[in-house]
Amino acid sequence: MHIVDGALAAPVIVAASAAAVGGIALGLRALTPEALPRAGLLSAAFFVASLVQVPVGPSSVHLVLGGLAGLMLGWAAFPALAVALALQAVFFGFGGLTVLGVNLVNIAAPAVLFGLLCRPLVRSAAATPAAVAGVVAGGGAVALTTIMVGLSLALSGEAFIPAAKLVFIAHVPVMMAEALVTGAAVALVRKVKPDAFGLVAAPARA
Amino acid sequence: MTDSRAGQTALRTFADGPLTGLRRIDPRMRLVAAAVFAFSTVALHEFRSLGVALAAAALLAAWARLPAAETARRVLAVDGFIVLTLIMLPFTTPGETLVTLWGFDASRQGLEHALRIALKANAVILALLALVGTLPETTLGHALARLRVPEKLVQLFLMTVRYIEVLHQEYGRLRTAMKARGFRPRTDRHTLTSLGYLIGMLLVRSLERSERVMAAMKCRGYTGRFPLLDDLRSRPADWLFLAALTAACLALLTADRLA
Repeated sequence: MHIVDGALAAPVIVAASAAAVGGIALGLRALTPEALPRAGLLSAAFFVASLVQVPVGPSSVHLVLGGLAGLMLGWAAFPALAVALALQAVFFGFGGLTVLGVNLVNIAAPAVLFGLLCRPLVRSAAATPAAVAGVVAGGGAVALTTIMVGLSLALSGEAFIPAAKLVFIAHVPVMMAEALVTGAAVALVRKVKPDAFGLVAAPARA
Repeated sequence: MTDSRAGQTALRTFADGPLTGLRRIDPRMRLVAAAVFAFSTVALHEFRSLGVALAAAALLAAWARLPAAETARRVLAVDGFIVLTLIMLPFTTPGETLVTLWGFDASRQGLEHALRIALKANAVILALLALVGTLPETTLGHALARLRVPEKLVQLFLMTVRYIEVLHQEYGRLRTAMKARGFRPRTDRHTLTSLGYLIGMLLVRSLERSERVMAAMKCRGYTGRFPLLDDLRSRPADWLFLAALTAACLALLTADRLA
């Protein structure tokens, strides 16, 4: 879900870029030297996971996995996703340069929000509620991302509003795919490596 | 996005190429130049100036010796939702009617708006691929550090690009194992669950690898700093390049405003 250069109004770009810088700063505070290799490896893993093609009917989609990134990285998902988006723009030609901040906020803010909201359930409860929390985080994050992408466009021009609504409807299958994939991934990670969630904590103690 | 097949690298950069022309310019200057070009291009309005910007981006691409077919593929590969948005623009923008399709009026203003976005997006991406996409990933990280990007963000960047290829191969092995058990992706719940387990396993393996990496880094005295060894130097020619590009962008912006 990468907006391209030239589509957005300047105030939207400025506001989102400021928010992006703030989010990255908060995320970097959580990245102690101890936490850095973990965040780096996870960031690389999420980049690879975003290359996985998931069949949806006759076509296929790529996953964003923002919810899963938020669950595992917390605020550090902001800088991790910033790195991924920069790499996609520079080497794949995906998205753009002036819209980097907008794309980052649209993907990372829902990721952190749903990650932090669902993490307590993933961490403590029994297997089933944990998987459900994963489903909620995965589906919810991508749904909110789609809404924010639509909002970025709608704030840049009223003519974008019908397209933004259509884009949301078109992304419902993607939301379901993200939800189920994230739920399954959470269930497996919890079983295989129970201490995986929440080592990179919120930056409150820094 | 690019699909991921076994045997291919995950990050296919344009860094392998003759070290001539644009590729000899200081990476820092190229990064700044890309930003100058991008911000001035999105501020343009007239079609004539947008054409000039696109032509300039094509010149940069030629100067960087980008492979034409692969470059075109990357420039044209945009998200489906952007295509949808651009197609709908003429029909949702009020204005002078150009054509009527199935009872919907397409306006000239909307069509012009959509065309402007497409031209700007393509020009910026083309210039970005030429100026920055030709850098090796680590050099890009070092250039970012020298441009005062926070040290921790640069460390995260370097760590990520270092392990993308390793984890992509790990992914390839997991995928091969699934295939050997007869897994074929379909549109059903079983596929989504299996892919979820696959991604979960990838995350587990990356976590375990990160523990080994951390131990190895500690053995080598890691305390949160990463000495960067590079020989980024700017010659007068690099400054001249940045100055010329900035002047050209400013001239184009002025011409655009006066038109």
